[in-house]
Amino acid sequence: MESTIVKSVNYNAYFGDNHVVKDVNIEIPRNTTIAVMGPSGCGKTTFLRGINRMHELIPGATAKGQILLNGEDVMEMHPIFVRLKIGMVFQRPNPFPNLSIYDNVIAGYKLNGIKLPKAEKDTIVEHSLTRVALWNEVKDSLTKKGSFLSGGQQQRLCIARAVAMEPEVLLFDEPTSALDPISTSTVEELFHELKKNYTLIIVTHNMQQAARVSDRTAFFYMGELVEFDDTKTMFTNPKDIRTQNYITGRFS
Amino acid sequence: MSVAIKYRIGKSTVFQALVMVLSFACVVPLIFILIYILQAGITKINWHFLTNLPKPVGETGGGIANALVGTSIIIATASVIAIPFGILCGIYLSENKNSKLAYWSRLCIDILQGVPSIVIGIVAYFWLVKPLNGFSALSGSVALAIMMLPIVVRSTEETLLLLPDSLREAAYALGMPFHRVILKVIVPCGISGILSGVMLSVARITGETAPLLFTAFGNPYLTTDITKPMQSLPLLIFNYATSPYNDWHDLAWGASCILLIWVLLLNIFTKLITRKWKVQL
Repeated sequence: MESTIVKSVNYNAYFGDNHVVKDVNIEIPRNTTIAVMGPSGCGKTTFLRGINRMHELIPGATAKGQILLNGEDVMEMHPIFVRLKIGMVFQRPNPFPNLSIYDNVIAGYKLNGIKLPKAEKDTIVEHSLTRVALWNEVKDSLTKKGSFLSGGQQQRLCIARAVAMEPEVLLFDEPTSALDPISTSTVEELFHELKKNYTLIIVTHNMQQAARVSDRTAFFYMGELVEFDDTKTMFTNPKDIRTQNYITGRFS
Repeated sequence: MSVAIKYRIGKSTVFQALVMVLSFACVVPLIFILIYILQAGITKINWHFLTNLPKPVGETGGGIANALVGTSIIIATASVIAIPFGILCGIYLSENKNSKLAYWSRLCIDILQGVPSIVIGIVAYFWLVKPLNGFSALSGSVALAIMMLPIVVRSTEETLLLLPDSLREAAYALGMPFHRVILKVIVPCGISGILSGVMLSVARITGETAPLLFTAFGNPYLTTDITKPMQSLPLLIFNYATSPYNDWHDLAWGASCILLIWVLLLNIFTKLITRKWKVQL
């Protein structure tokens, strides 16, 4: 298997005339955890949303360049296939409020009209919830609505929902910024587990988090990818002065 | 305490009292109407009244079965026409907030809401009654459907706009196509608001008389054929209340009472549905 799973070639993204991601070239190896950090408005979230073509859902948003998934350009693929292979978890937990916990986990199948035998569904639900360390907490209340859970549990439910589709890549858009510290550390521990099976790309505002959870870190500034290196190297010996200034807290 | 502060407290008290008195005053007309119509009409309602046709002048008794059946059929037909269009248009408006088409259809819907019902009746008359050479329940239903449309569209749109974007994103991120996002996520989450809009629009057209005057026209006999003239409660009230016969006045009072109870029940039912099916976001 090829070691690069996601690769961007001269990727540019725009909101109308506003050029928010500029010529990003990056190669992301399989089964690694990538942290994407940078100050607000640096284009990191937009780049992330470009990977599974969520960017284009915003009116006026356009993109140029290539995003390759296993060597195949996602811009040429139907967005639905792209999003089945590249799962996403958002900043705020967003379980479907009309569905039970059980149905939330298999929402990707259920709402897409994919019929599965009951036994298989049960397996997927248990397996996915176990993966996100939520099974023991909710196994007795699977029929309750997803919104009945706490914020941290909801976020793990959303991760389970993405995991249930068995994607190759999981995108996280500041997944812990709406969570309390304890839930945050639970989710961070999850990343270590999930990385065994998936490639994780995590946009984060929090440098400590990037340092804690990732193998490699990408630093975005003003829409450009300034530096992409091993997390350790990046935090101990950054090459670019802008990275250095950001890490040492001279701007944020 | 200084005079200035006392004066301010006094003003505040007067204002509070004013707010209370005036809001109570809003309820008074409704209470009077209810009492008046119930007093005059409730004694006329019995099984015979509900299941019999009106008697010719000079004979006592008789009922409003034809109007009950007619109203039900006309409203059901209008709903079948207006609800799908209304909900789909509402979905379009909420999903494409800023498109040109949305701007213009929103404008048209708002104007349509302000068009007097008699004008809509005339339009239905020229579109359907004249070309088809005859009054029909169907033409009345079309007129009523046009009146329902703005209410359904606007309530659907407003309900769906309240749903957070994160919900749509969650659905799209799972690889769902547009129609499934709408049908499986957006509509189910907003169903209580959509339904309450639908019910209120039904309540609204139930009492409409003007558009039916020269479309459904009225009919002293029972019919279920929507291509024929049909009786309806508001038409019956209009015709019988303005007649010189006491027996017919009684029928009109009874019918008014039924109409009022129907609208009241529909409103209560709407409240219940909204509460029961409300999706906690």
